[in-house]
Amino acid sequence: MGKPSDLVQGTLDLLILKTLSLEAKHGWAIAKRIQQVSGEVLQVQQGSLYPALHRLEQQGWIKAKWMESETGRQAKFYSLTAAGRKQLEQETANWSRLSLAINLVIEEV
Amino acid sequence: MRGLETLRMQIRMLFKRGREAQLLDAELQYHLDRQIAENINIGMSPEEAYHAALRTFGNHALLRDQTREAWSWNWLESLLRDFRFGARTLLRTPGFSIVTVLVMALGIGANVTLFTIAHCVLLKPLPFRDPGRLMAVYENSGEAWPCNVVAPGMYSEWVRQNRSFPSLAMLGEAEFNLSTEDSELPEMLHGAAFTANMLPTLGVAPALGRNFTVAEDQPSGNRVVLLSWSLWQRRFGGDPSIVDRTIRLNKQLYTVIGVMPKGFAFPNAATQVWTPIYSYYPAARMTSVAAHQFAVVGRLNPEASQAQGLADISAITLRVHNAHLDNPFVSKAANVKPLIEDIVGDIRQPLYVLLAATGCVLLIACLNVANLLVARAVGRRKELAIRAALGGGRLRLLRERLIESLLLAAAGGAAGIALADGAIQWLVCTRQDLVRVETIHIDGEVAVFAFGLIALCALLTGSTAALGATDRKLLTVLQDAARGSSAGQGRTRLRRALLAGEVGLTVVLLIAAGLLLKSYARLRASDLGCTTKNVLTMRISLYGGNYNEPAQRVNFYALMLERVRALPGVEAAGMARTVPGDGYWGDSDFAIVEHPPLPHGVAQAAIDREADPGFFKTMGIPILRGRTFDADRRLDQANQTVVSSSFARQYFPNEDPIGKHLHYDGRNWEIVGIVGDARYELSQAPKPIQYYPLYAGSLNNATLVIRSNHDVEQLALPVQRIVRDLDRDLPVSDVLTMDQLLGKNTADASFDATLILGFAMLSLALAAAGIFGVLSYVVAQRTSELGIRMALGAQRERILTHVLLDGMKPALLGLACGLAASVAVVQAIRSMLFATQPLDPAVFVLVSLGLIVVAGAACMAPAWRASRLDPMQALRME
Repeated sequence: MGKPSDLVQGTLDLLILKTLSLEAKHGWAIAKRIQQVSGEVLQVQQGSLYPALHRLEQQGWIKAKWMESETGRQAKFYSLTAAGRKQLEQETANWSRLSLAINLVIEEV
Repeated sequence: MRGLETLRMQIRMLFKRGREAQLLDAELQYHLDRQIAENINIGMSPEEAYHAALRTFGNHALLRDQTREAWSWNWLESLLRDFRFGARTLLRTPGFSIVTVLVMALGIGANVTLFTIAHCVLLKPLPFRDPGRLMAVYENSGEAWPCNVVAPGMYSEWVRQNRSFPSLAMLGEAEFNLSTEDSELPEMLHGAAFTANMLPTLGVAPALGRNFTVAEDQPSGNRVVLLSWSLWQRRFGGDPSIVDRTIRLNKQLYTVIGVMPKGFAFPNAATQVWTPIYSYYPAARMTSVAAHQFAVVGRLNPEASQAQGLADISAITLRVHNAHLDNPFVSKAANVKPLIEDIVGDIRQPLYVLLAATGCVLLIACLNVANLLVARAVGRRKELAIRAALGGGRLRLLRERLIESLLLAAAGGAAGIALADGAIQWLVCTRQDLVRVETIHIDGEVAVFAFGLIALCALLTGSTAALGATDRKLLTVLQDAARGSSAGQGRTRLRRALLAGEVGLTVVLLIAAGLLLKSYARLRASDLGCTTKNVLTMRISLYGGNYNEPAQRVNFYALMLERVRALPGVEAAGMARTVPGDGYWGDSDFAIVEHPPLPHGVAQAAIDREADPGFFKTMGIPILRGRTFDADRRLDQANQTVVSSSFARQYFPNEDPIGKHLHYDGRNWEIVGIVGDARYELSQAPKPIQYYPLYAGSLNNATLVIRSNHDVEQLALPVQRIVRDLDRDLPVSDVLTMDQLLGKNTADASFDATLILGFAMLSLALAAAGIFGVLSYVVAQRTSELGIRMALGAQRERILTHVLLDGMKPALLGLACGLAASVAVVQAIRSMLFATQPLDPAVFVLVSLGLIVVAGAACMAPAWRASRLDPMQALRME
């Protein structure tokens, strides 16, 4: 196993928050969703996903609830809290600014 | 909002951790199952699907740990885990743990005990209102008596004229015979007499009843007393109706006007009754400006400093002096010191010395434990190296080490506190004579001190041990351990340094103990000038009632002595104001009739003692010339005096004193004999003494002495029976043999010497154990090397000397350092020594020899074992 996260440091949190912004999801679904939407480019390892989820939960950005999943089994569903929604907006803005800046640099050179 | 959310989360993570852990497992399992299901969906066989899922999942346990790291309280959890781990590691080696805890317990216990005493006795404020402003005021009577007790007339002038002390109170000793009541025995009570303003000055009020009034504090005042709490409980059953009742003291009726609060111990813990001073002492004595006999306590004006108070009182004293130039005993100046200083001044140095000694013991204990921990760490080198190789963080391993020593120190500390509690209770029981003994108990501040001490010990031992055990080169350790060939030299060096430190401290303690012991032995061996074997003493006081007339007292003394001498087993009996070795007890001025009068304003004074004719023979004080008093000369007829030989030498340098006359107490007395010198205190050189006949009848309290040829203590009861038959209300007190009396008066010296010796022996044992341990370890490490040497033909004797010298090196180094340090340290106890030089060569040599012998013995066993190695066995051990 390589580093816990193959993603740019800090972006995993943003991806998780974004994925959860529409509806509550459990861990497996979150990983699948990110994978699908990114066109199989972003592979989220369990080793990064679960520590991140638990950290976000401890920080109060997301909250968890055990519910029946689509397969009929109990699963832990995460959803955004009000504070998490604000955090998502802020991080999205940050990311836009950052990626814009990086693009500018790359296109210039 | 978010704050509330995170708080709720933290509480859940703290209290429902087990449940959260289960949920995490379930969550991860769900993920795994979904992965398997998906794998089956894309066409794998169930078994294939399972393994593939596990592969993508990676290390399940690691994942769980990584996730848990995100949880709050993780630090607490890992700390607890380390504690559990530490405890388990220690329990696996119970022998090591018990020894370490015991060593720590002794060190911490001794320190907590001494700290409690020093803290309570020296540092706690006196239990009075604003005690910092309370001062003890003295007369300054020149170099010999810079802090002399105060004459009542002088006190009156101070009160009248001074501006610095709004209240000045005076205090004197008082003794009371409490008469038989109901069926209880008569009892001699130590008391105090003070002025009516004493309690307001101190800021203390009776717990029950009231203070004296000024009207009662007069020669004509009603007889009133205040009782101590303990006397009230003990003799009167704590009955509150005691107030306004009368009790019989000295055969007179006294009204109890109050009971003092529990713990009020002024001027000392033995005081059980208080009475107004001007009604207790004869009015004639209370105007003298030269008869020094009372203590004075004053409350300093908030605006005045101690120096201002002193200047004020000194100026008044000088004025009084100048008004009485004809009386050479009127002081010229005064002295002022804080009351707490006055009360605990004498005990401060011995207590700090003892505290320093216990500090040394604790340091040695810590060094020893650190040493043991290093040895242990060496044994666990491989384990630690493997753990470090597997990714155990250095800091984490260090923390574990510290936690282990913290556990040891905490267990040692708990045992030590229990030990200290026992020691303090024992001490308070056995040393009732210690000043402020009633204040000694373990309180919050002591507890804080104890916890601080535990933390300090843990840190000291843990970090020392860790310092020596951190290996930077993992690979070397692993290879080294695998071969087991040579011991790391660096670690042994650290252990030797620790040992040298232990030995050095031990030497300092041993030398201090040696000096104090020698001083005590000298003190007890100093020649008192009289016999001390098989002599029994007891105090009898003829107060009040039928003893007001001199004739009544003389009759009682003569009758009692006659009956006591008739008792079987009594060789001789006598009576005197007091016996040698029991203190100064005061002096009086005198003039030699045959000499020209002294110049104006010059006077001479010497200790005066009343004695019966048989006293010198009973005490074994030799009559050097002349004879003792004539037994049939009594009252006015008794006009003879006997002087000690130093008195004769000093005041009759080139003439024969016999037949000369002394003018004393308004009369002339003929010198009929010269007796040998006797010391008033063991530690003081003999002073001139003038003896006057007890049968003159002026003295109303005296010490009865009885000599027997064996087992004199058996006579105590029959003698007391004789006294009871003569007067059933008369108590007999302080029944002590001469040995006991001297023991009591030298208790401080023996106590200090014994305790320091105890601490020194403890340190010596610890140091010896340390030397033994280190050398045994070194020998064990070098077994194969020694085996090879022997196989190659090394002589057993050579090996023995080699190992022995190796072990002695740190001991000798420590000895040298300890001796050097002692030269400086002994100066601090100089004032505690009697007739002993701080740099006493005998003590230094003896301690050095003793230490070398003990260290040699400690080294001998491992060295012997090394020399007895079987080379084949040693080589096979690999």
